[in-house]
Amino acid sequence: MLTLTPEELAAIKLSLRVATLAMAASLPFGIVIAMVLTRTRFFGRPLLNALVLLPLVLPPVVTGYVLLLLFGRQGPVGRFLDEQFGIVIAFRWTGAALACAIMGFPLMVRAIQLSLQAVDRRLEQAAATLGANPLLVFVTVTLPLILPGVIAGAILSFARAMGEFGATITFVSNIPGETQTLPTLIYTFTQVPGGEPGALRLTLISIAISLGAILVSETFVRRVQPRLGLPNES
Amino acid sequence: MNLEVTAKTRLGDFALDAALASEGRTTALFGRSGSGKTSLVNIIAGLLRPAEGRVAVDGTVLFDSEAGINIPAHRRRIGYVFQEGRLFPHLTVRNNLLYGRWFAPEESRHVSLDEVVELLGLEDLLERGTAQLSGGEKQRVAIGRALLCCPRLLLMDEPLASLDDARKAEVMPFLERLRDHARVPIVYVSHSVAEVVRLATTLVLMSEGRVVASGPTAEVMGRIDLFPITGPVEAGAVIDGTVEAHDAAAELTHVRSRAGLFRVPGLDLTPGTHIRMRVRARDVMIAVKAPEGLSALNVLPGKVVEVGPLQGPVVDIALNCGGERLVAELTRHSVEALQLTPGREVFALIKSVTFDEVSDVSGLGRAPDAITN
Repeated sequence: MLTLTPEELAAIKLSLRVATLAMAASLPFGIVIAMVLTRTRFFGRPLLNALVLLPLVLPPVVTGYVLLLLFGRQGPVGRFLDEQFGIVIAFRWTGAALACAIMGFPLMVRAIQLSLQAVDRRLEQAAATLGANPLLVFVTVTLPLILPGVIAGAILSFARAMGEFGATITFVSNIPGETQTLPTLIYTFTQVPGGEPGALRLTLISIAISLGAILVSETFVRRVQPRLGLPNES
Repeated sequence: MNLEVTAKTRLGDFALDAALASEGRTTALFGRSGSGKTSLVNIIAGLLRPAEGRVAVDGTVLFDSEAGINIPAHRRRIGYVFQEGRLFPHLTVRNNLLYGRWFAPEESRHVSLDEVVELLGLEDLLERGTAQLSGGEKQRVAIGRALLCCPRLLLMDEPLASLDDARKAEVMPFLERLRDHARVPIVYVSHSVAEVVRLATTLVLMSEGRVVASGPTAEVMGRIDLFPITGPVEAGAVIDGTVEAHDAAAELTHVRSRAGLFRVPGLDLTPGTHIRMRVRARDVMIAVKAPEGLSALNVLPGKVVEVGPLQGPVVDIALNCGGERLVAELTRHSVEALQLTPGREVFALIKSVTFDEVSDVSGLGRAPDAITN
C-alpha cells in the first residue's frame, strides 16, 4: 500500500521539477513587477495590476486555453519561438512550468509587494547619501529588507505550482513521463477502476509536500525578521 | 570650506526662500521646528530638489537650476547624519560603518576605519547588530558611517534631538572631538541654543523658510533684535574665556575674559583651558552705580550700546563690557526709571553663567549651570 509505483514516482519528480522551474523563472519578474506596482505611478498601472491578478480570479481552464492559443504550435508566440529558436513548450514539461508560473504569479507579486510597502524608504535615502547608486541601493538595502517577503512569495508560488491542475491539463495535457504531474495523475487514478489506493498515496504525499513548504517558508521568514529588527508577526 | 546655497521652493503650504554662504568649519543652522532647516539640508544633500537655486561646495557646483546641473545624491559625496540614525538593520555595526566606503572613490579614502572607531569610541560595538544599540550608540555609529564615506561636507540634522539628556551628554563630547579632529567641515542643524553655542563657529539663523541672520556665533546670539527667534528663555551673550586660577578656600574658579574676571563655583579644569560661557539675558541685572553689599560675585562695568524697542513689559538692552557684548532682559519700567540709553555707564550683575567647553572633554558630568550670587 505504501510503496510507490514507478509511474507515481515519475509524477512526483516531475511535479517537483515543474514547480522549481516555475518558481525560479518567475521570481525575477515577480520582484520587478512588484517594484513597478509599488514604487511607480503611471497611466497604465491599474491595468497592469489587474493583469497580474487575473489568473487568481479566472477559471484555470481559461488561463490554460489562452496559453494554448498563444503558445501552441499554431499560436503566434508558439510559432515564433519554434521558428526562431526551435523552442516548443506546448505539451512539454516546460509548458507545465509556464502554466504553473502564471497561476502562482499573483501570489508571489502580492507577497513581495507587501514587504516592499513596509520598507523604510529613508534607509534608501541614507544609502544614496553614502554613495550608492539606485541599482546598488536596491541590491544592498531594499532586497535584503524585503527578503522575508521574497521567500514567502517564492514558497507560495512553489506550493501553488505543486497543486496546479486546470491550466496545466488544458495547456499541456496529461502525458505520462512528460506532463503528467502529481495532481493530474491523481485525477487519472480517480477516473479508472482500482485507482483509489494510488490516489490516496499521492494525496498524502501532496499534503506532506505542501505542509513542508509552508513550514520551511515560515521558518525562513522568522529567522530573517529578527535580524532585520522587525516585529515578529504572529 | 566654502558653502554657498540659494534655494527657492514650495513644499505644500511652506515656502522656502533661503540664501546662505559660510566659510566656517562648523556652521549651525539654527531655528525653531518648521523653519526650513531640514529642507535646506536636504537640498544640499540632493534629497530634495528646489524649484530654483544653486548649491556649491568649495567651488564645485552640485546644483544649479539655471545651468541645468543636478548632481544626484549618490555622487555628491556629502555625508548626512539623520535625526533618527537610519542605520541599516540587516548589517552589523562594522558593515554599517564600511557601507559608504565601498562606494567612495579609491583616491578619496583618506579616513580609516580604525581612526573613526577610535574617534567615536566604537571598539566594543563593531560586531553587534543595530537592534542592540542604545540611542546614543546608534548616533555615534551613524556619524562614523557618514565620516567613512569620506565626504567633502558633513551634514548633521539634529543628531541629538531624539536622545534624552543623559544620552545627549554622552554623544556631545564626540561631536566636539569630531569638530576639532576630523578634517571635514560640518553643517549642524539644531533648535537647541546650548548645542549651537557649544559647537558652532558660524551661526545661520532661520525663520519661516528664510535666513534672517548669519555670522560668528557670539555676534548673532548677542543681537537683541533677533531675540524673538533665538528664544526668550535661552537668549543671551556668548563670552569666551580662559580658566585662570582656582581659589581652593572658597571653592571658586576664576575665569578671565575680555569683559572682566568671572568667579564661578569650582570647575574641574586646568588653568589655561579655554571655555565658552553663556550669560542668559534674563540672568543679568543692571545697576547705574557700583553696587555694594550684594551677593552677586560678578559685577562688570560696561556701557549701554543698544536699547530694544520700548514696547511691552520687557525690554532687551545690549552692553559693551571691555569689548564683549553682554545682553540683559529688563522690565520696561526699570529701563525708563534708570534712564538707560545708549552711552550710559552701568554695571552688569550676573546671576548665573552657563558653561560650554570648547575643546576639553574631561569635565563631563558637571552641572552645566552655575549660580554665582
